[in-house]
Amino acid sequence: MSDVKLSTDEVAKVASLARLDLSDKKKELFAGQLNNILSYMDKLNEIDTKDVEPMFSPVEHTTVLRKDVIIKEHTRDEILANAPDSDGQYFVVPRIV
Amino acid sequence: MVQFETVIGLEVHAQLKTNTKIFCGCSTQFGKEPNENVCEVCSGMPGVLPVLNEKVMEYAAKMGLATNCIINKKSIFARKNYFYPDLPKGYQISQFELPICEHGHLNISYEDKSGEPCKKRIGVTRIHMEEDAGKNIHSVAENASFVDLNRTGVPLIEIVSEPDMRNAEEAVAYLKSLRSILLYLDICDGNLEEGSFRCDVNISVRPFGQEEFGTRAELKNINSFRNVHKAIHYEVARQIDLIEDGEKIIQETRLYDADKGTTHSMRGKADAHDYRYFPDPDLVPLVIADEWLAEWQAAQPELPAERKVRFEEDFKISEDDADFLTAEKDIADYYEAVLDSYNEPKKVANWIKGDFMKELNQSEVGLSECKFKPEMMATLVEMVDKDVISNKIGKDIFNEIFTAGLDPAKFVKDKGLEQNSDSSSLEAAVDKVLADNPNEVEAYKGGKKKLVSFFMGQVMKETKGQANPGIVSKMIQQKLS
Amino acid sequence: MSSLIEKSLTEIHSLLIAGEVTAVEAVKACLDQIEKTEPEIKALLAKDGENALKLAAEMDKLGPDASKPLWGVPVVIKDVLATKGITTTCGSKILENFVPFYDATSVAKLKEAGAIIIAKANMDEFAMGSTTENSAYQTTCNPHDLSRVPGGSSGGSGATIAAGQCFAALGTDTGGSIRLPASFCGCVGVKPTYGRVSRYGMIAYGSSLDQIGPMTRTVEDSARVLNVIAGHDKRDSTSVDCEVPNYIEALAERTDLSGLTIGLPEEYWGEGLSEEVSEACKNAIKKAEELGAKTVPVKLSMTEYAIATYYIIAMAEASSNLSRFDGIRYGHRSKDADELIDLYTKSRTEGFGDEVQRRIIIGTYVLSAGYYDAYYCKAAQIRRLMRNDFEKAFESCDLIAGPACPTTAFPVGELTADPLQMYLMDIFTISLNLVGMPGMSLPVGIGKDTNMPVGLQLMAPAFGETTMLQAANVLEKSLPDFSKPQQI
Repeated sequence: MSDVKLSTDEVAKVASLARLDLSDKKKELFAGQLNNILSYMDKLNEIDTKDVEPMFSPVEHTTVLRKDVIIKEHTRDEILANAPDSDGQYFVVPRIV
Repeated sequence: MVQFETVIGLEVHAQLKTNTKIFCGCSTQFGKEPNENVCEVCSGMPGVLPVLNEKVMEYAAKMGLATNCIINKKSIFARKNYFYPDLPKGYQISQFELPICEHGHLNISYEDKSGEPCKKRIGVTRIHMEEDAGKNIHSVAENASFVDLNRTGVPLIEIVSEPDMRNAEEAVAYLKSLRSILLYLDICDGNLEEGSFRCDVNISVRPFGQEEFGTRAELKNINSFRNVHKAIHYEVARQIDLIEDGEKIIQETRLYDADKGTTHSMRGKADAHDYRYFPDPDLVPLVIADEWLAEWQAAQPELPAERKVRFEEDFKISEDDADFLTAEKDIADYYEAVLDSYNEPKKVANWIKGDFMKELNQSEVGLSECKFKPEMMATLVEMVDKDVISNKIGKDIFNEIFTAGLDPAKFVKDKGLEQNSDSSSLEAAVDKVLADNPNEVEAYKGGKKKLVSFFMGQVMKETKGQANPGIVSKMIQQKLS
Repeated sequence: MSSLIEKSLTEIHSLLIAGEVTAVEAVKACLDQIEKTEPEIKALLAKDGENALKLAAEMDKLGPDASKPLWGVPVVIKDVLATKGITTTCGSKILENFVPFYDATSVAKLKEAGAIIIAKANMDEFAMGSTTENSAYQTTCNPHDLSRVPGGSSGGSGATIAAGQCFAALGTDTGGSIRLPASFCGCVGVKPTYGRVSRYGMIAYGSSLDQIGPMTRTVEDSARVLNVIAGHDKRDSTSVDCEVPNYIEALAERTDLSGLTIGLPEEYWGEGLSEEVSEACKNAIKKAEELGAKTVPVKLSMTEYAIATYYIIAMAEASSNLSRFDGIRYGHRSKDADELIDLYTKSRTEGFGDEVQRRIIIGTYVLSAGYYDAYYCKAAQIRRLMRNDFEKAFESCDLIAGPACPTTAFPVGELTADPLQMYLMDIFTISLNLVGMPGMSLPVGIGKDTNMPVGLQLMAPAFGETTMLQAANVLEKSLPDFSKPQQI
């Protein structure tokens, strides 16, 4: 299976959806590798999965709930401590609008 | 000329009145210092996991029951992936394929443009649970935006309607009805301005008779019922203009500008969203036990529609009055509390619909902060009803006693405003008026019987409104016969 | 003193509780060994020796607490787990200076049991890799041969154990990330049943696949650590609320393998398997039979689809899990981003390594409009068929055995150019993560060609850790001794 699924342009488009910016060289490299991987994934089409219920997780239990009770264990300083930019009250980012 | 039909569907986001956020133990209290109600879970720190607040499930299901939905036995949470600074995880936990409630409806009544009463059933497609985003504050001066995550993770239910509405009146009636139910259930503040009740309006137009829908625009940022009205009118006109000019409607999100009364496109077409929904592997399916559902059903309070019927039947008031009085839970509660002290439903209804609502709307405080308590209202209505004061005096003093929360009986007594039923003093006033207006007396006697109201007015003036109108009227007619 | 590091966890714990060794001595022995071996092994990231010594001294002052199953025991934590006050990078530049203010539940439980954290273990960035070559900081070397990889992604955890730098390490296993390095480094590594150990505080890669587990030099040591970290956690909705057996007590209950049926899947013993691995594993199976086990052939016919299924699901989940790394609340922020989109794109592009970017892109692609059904949903359907496969196989056996990896540890750099070839290394470990069942790697011999350790993988039905550990414990005692650290 050697059909090309992703052109370099499409790789760039998907990357931008994921907020990644690839250099031209990397786009080429990734496109090749990703096509390889995606072609390999096509193997799954060999199997008929009609009427098979998808299994998204191995857990079989359901309905895990928490009481509606306030818990405060950390301070704002702790929350903000790792922020690259903060004024002690807010996380600061470049102006959005 | 082609006539167009408007098609409207609504998406309402209602913030739930829980103590804590949907997936962590942080408080939901409004108005705290920025980033105070934040923990590692709602700020999306690495490695943390969500656990569902049981009240959110309960409230969502109760709203479903109140809007005649099917409550799905099993529902699942999904991730909606997009990047924005107020969305710490880079995805919003919501529900996609299996929401908690589906296939409901709501019966609305409203007056159309010509004032005709109308009724309609609006489909409720689904209700799902999700987390709210935080808030970004933008500063031009500092060339920066500031991210506050206090609201991040506050529970929301999104209530999605069918595209069943055909004009602004229906849309607003539906929204008011939804809001009313949320307040009756006591699960949401219903505050449009503060954003605890938000509506997005999906709107399109099509030539009458056409089956398929036109391309729709989604209107956001509408924070009052009046603006819903205005935004719809603007948008319908905009779309029809475009079509008539041979242009195409673009499917897009548009923001309503309350100052200009217009809508404008929010983002370019290029940045089309692809939310990549998939089931959230950090949360397990939610299965609602039959006994919980039975319990919630049993605990369901009386809802506006039921209360309206009860008011009509028990209090023998008109459908319109019952509609009006039950639309807002606190008004209905107030009305019933007044009746507890003075059981004259129609008279109390008139006062509440009239002067009381006028003052309440002008005062800009909610009914809960209103100083004029139901017993005071009852006393006032009773005093008017029993001729202790005239209706006019009642209306004249209403603003003052309402605003300050004064006992009407004491106020009337202190100011000496009791109605004058003393025949000798009234007779003097009547005689004076008749003597002062000989021409009118002539005319009356000549057959212009309507002039009795003129004499009445003059007597009232003479007695500063305190004359008992029944006695005066009789007296005038006797003297002139 | 240096002989202390040759003790197993169980032995050192007895000495600590008896007061024959102090916590400070135990910590010092490990820190000395780290100083001696770390320049070559490069198994560790943040080291917390000073605080560890301080804590040990405080504990010594109070005296040993026999109720604490890990009292005074120095441990190393894979850097994917949040450790309060200790830099937690997940092997990534994007978290270079991240210091959590919370502990992962498994870490908190270790502390509660008296363990002393001395360092964080190197790993492939965000646990994506099989060699630690994807670590943004360093490639860890295999203590058995410094020119070879230690396996991954928990390669630092495997190497630190094999080098005698500590008595237990926590690893995580999303597609074999505990079992593979355990196999390559000649140590014991256990991937518990999905839901057995809380994932809270583990920086997620594939949320429906990730599990935390112990890596140690003996089976009993792993049982001891698993006893501590297993159990329900109200902070993790996917952790299972059922009783945790006492794994150590259970070990004493079995001295041979009589009455046990071990299934041998033909798909695990056929082509693609290196000769030396096949030989060492077959010897171990022979030993098992001598010890009373019955072996039967079983079929796991979906095995050939496991890798494709796994990578679709893992990458899809990863693409979403890694969205939170945006340079806003923590982590790397690009210096030259003056508008929002730039802030995201530049911070993430600079912060993530190639393999992580590759997986995010594929994951984003398979979830995007129009492809969800063809990839993600299809993979989830096959996942169910795989579980049916395993459930059927376990109808005829108690445990399933096979090699943990087709080869022994290979030289650094050998597979870095071809991601797909690297993925194929996971062929024997990946299925268990998809079906959520427990598995472990037990060192069973030394490959005759490479002179590197070979790991046998034991697999059990969901929550069947007890039988699996019992069998491994019995087998361990009749096989070459791997309980001593490797001489460097």
